[in-house]
Formats: sequence, structure tokens, C-alpha cells
Amino acid sequence: MSEHADRSEPDVAAAPASAAVTPADAADAARLVAFGLQPKVQPARDQEYAELLRRYREDSPFARLADAVAAGLGLVVLEVSPRAGMAVTAAEDSVFAVRMGDYARRTSADGSDRFLHGLAHLAVAAMAFPRPEDLADDGYIGRVTVNGVDTFVRQACRRLEERAEEHGENTDPATDAPGLEAAWRVWARRSATGATKDARRLAGSTTGIVGKAAAFLTDSGFLQRTGDDHGGTYRTTARYQLQVRDMAGTAALAELLELGVVPVTDGTPTLLPAEDTDASELVADAGLPFHS
Amino acid sequence: MSDRGPSLCTVTSPASTDSVPPQLSAGPRPAPGPAADEGLARRLRALACTAPLHDLDVRKANLAGEYTVYGMAEVALAAIDLVTLNMDFDTGADHDQIVARLIPRIAAQAPQRPVVEHERVARWVLENLINVGSVDRGFRAIYGTFTPDGSYVRRDYDFKLIEEVPGPGGTVYLRTTDEAVNVLVGALDTDVTSAQIAAEVKLEVLINRGRLADAQLAAEQARYRTVQYSETLRRALDATRRNVRAVDWLNSVPDMIAEALDHVADRYRHENAILTNIRKARDETEDAEHKRRAAELVDIVKDCIRRHTQLQSRLLEAGPLFRAEQDRQAFATPMVSSGIDLYGHLVAPVLPLPLEQAVRVTDAFFARGTGLRTPASVRVGDLVDILLTPPAEREHLGAEMPEPDLIATPDDSRFSEEQLASATRLLDLPADAPRRLSGLLAEARRKDPELPYLVALLAVHAASPAVGTAYRQGEEKLLFAVDDGTELDDPEFGGADLIVGTALLDSAGMAADRTEAA
Repeated sequence: MSEHADRSEPDVAAAPASAAVTPADAADAARLVAFGLQPKVQPARDQEYAELLRRYREDSPFARLADAVAAGLGLVVLEVSPRAGMAVTAAEDSVFAVRMGDYARRTSADGSDRFLHGLAHLAVAAMAFPRPEDLADDGYIGRVTVNGVDTFVRQACRRLEERAEEHGENTDPATDAPGLEAAWRVWARRSATGATKDARRLAGSTTGIVGKAAAFLTDSGFLQRTGDDHGGTYRTTARYQLQVRDMAGTAALAELLELGVVPVTDGTPTLLPAEDTDASELVADAGLPFHS
Repeated sequence: MSDRGPSLCTVTSPASTDSVPPQLSAGPRPAPGPAADEGLARRLRALACTAPLHDLDVRKANLAGEYTVYGMAEVALAAIDLVTLNMDFDTGADHDQIVARLIPRIAAQAPQRPVVEHERVARWVLENLINVGSVDRGFRAIYGTFTPDGSYVRRDYDFKLIEEVPGPGGTVYLRTTDEAVNVLVGALDTDVTSAQIAAEVKLEVLINRGRLADAQLAAEQARYRTVQYSETLRRALDATRRNVRAVDWLNSVPDMIAEALDHVADRYRHENAILTNIRKARDETEDAEHKRRAAELVDIVKDCIRRHTQLQSRLLEAGPLFRAEQDRQAFATPMVSSGIDLYGHLVAPVLPLPLEQAVRVTDAFFARGTGLRTPASVRVGDLVDILLTPPAEREHLGAEMPEPDLIATPDDSRFSEEQLASATRLLDLPADAPRRLSGLLAEARRKDPELPYLVALLAVHAASPAVGTAYRQGEEKLLFAVDDGTELDDPEFGGADLIVGTALLDSAGMAADRTEAA
């Protein structure tokens, strides 16, 4: 039932032949797209929205019209359903797309800050949907906390640090080539938090960066804030799942493949890569007392 | 990387860049092997960790004010000690508490200076150990090594001494890093477990020989190690909570927990034995100084035992935690896989990539993972208005309070102040001459027809006097009323003709009783 915009475009030409489109229909279709542009409006709480959704699902010429309106605005329709509403997202060059430079200052000039903000978004998604099944299960609601995301990334970084140490690698980057520094080091050396004069979160710290990502995703209607514990706790919405599954995950994976990195998994859903899971690495962690 | 500048450690960078090249140009290079170089690199990094401490003493001369009397490196080491010892299992050390505990030492260095200055020094040292000015809040040293192919590479070494970690409720706590603990304890490449055993054996020997000063040192070192253990274990348990399958729960983790429990039991026995020994030493020794030292040692060992107990309770929680997580994660209905494992396919492969490449992947995720923003459209007319509007003045005291509109409430009291005064006067009876209520009422009626009501009210109220309150407030006398069965004969009131009198309270005696009871 998730109608993809570019797939529906050829149908638009055929639509006038089957049913005459009145300006009123076009207005309704545009209104439905407008609802989709307000991600925080929930269909269950707005009768007009729910009515338009019902019409989209039952009246296929109307559905094509709405898809065409969305496509013309530079939007991609992810799903139209009572739970997610009119889930639309910005196409790459659309006016609705979010640009990193608008998202956070310093990111255009500073490669490491740009990376940290991007990784924060990736890590929030990875924590929200820790297993592939969670991403596939429409009924799954993920829960994330800001501090939890930071700890999770740090843990992964520490593992890489330990592995590098085991191999006797010197991971300190060359002074004149900061771009060659291993990515995990950038996160690991940024401080997790910091005291500020006005008791707010230090914006440049990793919890500050994750907190910003979570707040931004909340504004996008992707997360809902549920509490203040652990730096802020959030739960995911259906839209976020769609966005990550159908858009962000595949796009990032494609980019990774283009870089020549082929993530190898053995087909079974693994939360973490298997080679990271043995307890022997815990020994390297500055010496657990139980391995003498 | 614009944060390069501020996070440069000012002392170390000039030293390493200047000194290395001349050495190399002197004569033919002996082509040092990578193995020899690795040891050198390790020592260079260890050396770099001490640089921020030296740096403090160098830079104190630049501070506004005469701060050269203070031994900044000493204060810094003391601060690292304090943070290490105050690190708990879950959180870390409290910033203000550390400052407060540093002050006595700083005050001892310059007793004639004001306390405000001492506090400023403590804060300055602590902030410099965190390196508040840099975006990473850490230090960077530059050193050079030879790569296996013989070329010379200059590398950045980033490290922290004290880091800020989030605590419960959004607070920020301090923790010492492994680097700092290693610098402090001064054992860079030793095995932790054997070091602890060695320290404890040493302690026992020392106690047997009665050398308590050294024993205290050894016990404190043992405690540093214990803190380090707890820290490591906390991280291991966090990993378990996050992901059941990440840890081998069939063999290695149960083995690990069993070993850890053995370890705790062993240490517990060991330290209890030490405790008994020192207590004996404390009680038997004649020398006052020895007695004091032994008492301090008892405290330290007690603290060690407390930390072991904490470790043990965490170990016991691990099993139930696993089973709960297992239920949650493994026994759910199997779902069709979407094909993308966000961690396995994206996060894990991205992290080891060089920054230049990794940023392409995260950018791709960001661009498609953030959803949409409706762009704000500007109308020039609004813009003009906005630009011409003077900025709202922010009042220092906040918004002006509206003047409250007060309405005079009608005085609806049944009795006036004068009536109350005359009733009180009437009831101010001598202690040895109680009166009948009937007589009081008759006298009141002669003064004012309304007064008997008030007198009756007060008398009835006095039938159950608040003795306890009067006692607590230290009253000297108390109005009371007693019913002896006589019927009241009055035109307006009915009931018992109460005997109204004044009881004297022994306030001085009561005060004495109170202090005794307390």
C-alpha cells in the first residue's frame, strides 16, 4: 500500500481519462499533502486528516492525484496509512530537505563536527532499532536515551581501540592529515559532557550532539519525548521506522558500498558483529580482575 | 579540523617538534626498528601525560595575581587522587566536593591568603586538568615515529586526565581516566591483578613488622586498584545490558562471573584478615602516632571492603539481568528481516574508516534520515517591521507586577477587640480563687449584654485546655474549667456550671525536664 511517488507518476497522465479531476479534488489532495508536511499532527487526533486518509485508500484516482502533488513539490511518499498518516519525506534536492549547514554551525568548516552530527543520527537509529527484526516489524516501538546512545558509540569505539592495540597498531593520526584519522577516534576523544555556566548541556560534547539529534528528530515527528532520565528518553514513531528503513539505511549502505566497504554478515540477524562478542576482549579492557 | 588549535597542549608541542629533527640529522640514521620505536612511542605518551601538571607550574606566573607560592603540580596530583578515591560505581566525583577537599591543602601552602583565593586556585587547577578551554576537553601531544618502511611520521596523541561524565538527573561528575590513574600510580605496564596481590602481600608483611607508615601507602594503592576494577566491571555489565548476544552467556560470562565472585570472596577474606591485624595493632600499640596511623588504615581497608561488596552485588545482579534481557530480545516472535542491520551493516563498518570516507556515509544517512523541514518564507513587509521593532528590554527584575486591587472585607467578627479584652480581664482569675461560671456570666452581663457569650465560649474552650502546647511554649499559667456536676442556672445558657480557674505551670521545671528528656 505504500505508493512510491515516482512509480505513480506515469499513472497521473492516465488519471484524467478515468475520472474528471475537479479543482476541489486537487485542493483536497493538496490538503492531504499539507498534513503530511506537519509530521507532528496525528491522524487519530484530526478528523479531517483521517477522512482524507480514508479517501486516499479507497479512491485510487484521488490517491494518484495526491501522489502527483507530493511529487511535484519534491516529496517522496513513504506510506499512507492510519498509523503513519501521510508519511512524506523530502527528495534530495527538494526545498524541504534538511541541510547539514543549516542544522549545525561549524559543520561546513569542520569535518570532524560534521561527522559527529551525522554519526549521532546514525547511532540514534541503530539504538532505536537494535535488531533487523525491529526495523522490519511495523508494530515495534524503539526506545532510546541520549546518554545510552553516547555510551553505545563509545563502547564500539573502545572495542576498536582495543583491537588496534591487540594488533599493535599506532592509531594516533599523522599531524598533517587529519582526514585520515580513524573515525572512531573522533568520537572517542570528544568529551562526553561538560559543566557549563548555565547548567545546560555542553553543545560540543557528544551528549550535546546526540541530544540535538534527538530534539531535531522530535521536531520532525520521528521521536516522542517520554522523560528526562538519562539525558532525555524518547520513543520512536512509525514515520521514523519508515524513514530509516526505506530512505536513510539504504542510502548510507549504498554510499558505503561505493567506498568499497562490503559489510559482511552471515545472513542471520546479528545485533553486533560476531567477532566482537567474545569475552576475551574484556581482558584487554584495562584488566578485568577475573582473568589473572 | 578547527578544534586542533585549542586542544593543542601548549607545553608538549614545541618540545617534541624542535628536539626530534636535529637528532635525526646528526650523522647517518641508525634505522631504528619499529619495535624499538614502539617502546619509545609508549614512553613519549606516558611522558606527555605528565605535561599538563608541569604546565600548571609554568603558567601560574601568568595568572593575574601572585600565585607563585602555590605548588600547582602538587595540587593537581592531589586533585587526581581525590577524584579517583571518590569515584563510585555508578557516578563519579562531585565537582564542588573535590574543590572543597582540595582547599585545606592549598590553604596549607599559603595560610595568610584569603580563602576565596584558595578556592580560585582549586578551581583553576581542576579546570585545567579537565582542559575546559578546548572543545574536546582533553590534551594533545605531538610525537614522531618511524613507520615500518622507514619514513618519519609525526602523530597526534590525544588524552584526558579528568573527564566529565553524565550522572543521574543531568548532573555532571568527574572521573579520572586510565591515563591519569597510570600516571598517578606510576605503573604503566604492570598487570593489574598481580599488582594488587603484590600490594596486599606487602601490606601484610609491613603490618607484621609494625611499619604502619608504609602499610598505609600500600593500602591506599590497593584501593586505587580496587576502584579500577569496579570501573572496568561496570563497563562490562553495561555491554551485557545492551545486547545479550554480544556476550557469550554459555561459557565465558558465567565463568567470568564465577571467577569474579571467587576473587571478591578472596579479597574479602584477605582484607578482613588485614583489618583484624590492624585493629589489634591499633589497640595494642603504645605510640600515639602509630595508633592514629592504624586507625586511618582501618578506615581505608573498610572502604576497600565496601567497594568489594558493591562489586559483588553487581555481579549477583548480572544473572537476573541476563534472563530478563533474554526474554525481551530472544523469545519474541521471529519477524521477516528487512535486510538492514543498522549496527552490523552501518555503524560497525563506518567507525574504522578514515574520517574523510566515514563522513560521506554519515552525510548520506543524515540527508535522508532527518525528514523534512518546511522552509520559513519571509515577507519583506514583515521583515521591515521586525527590523524596525526595538529589541524588547529585558528587565533585570522581571516583568512589572500589576498593582493588586485590594477590596476591604467587611469586619464580620462576632465580638470586638474590646469585648475580648474585657472577657480576658474577667477570666484573669487568681490561681487560688476559682469561680463558678454562673457568677462570671452574671458579672459579664452587667458590663455588656453580648459579653456572656464570649465568656461562655472561652470557659467551654478551657474545659479541655491545651496543656501540651502550653507546656511546650513555656506558658506560666493556663485557664481551665472543670465540671463538678452542678447544673447551670442561667436565663441564656444551659449545661454544667463549670468551675473556672487558673492553673500555674512550673515553666522553669518543665524546661529542665525538656532538656533532660532530649
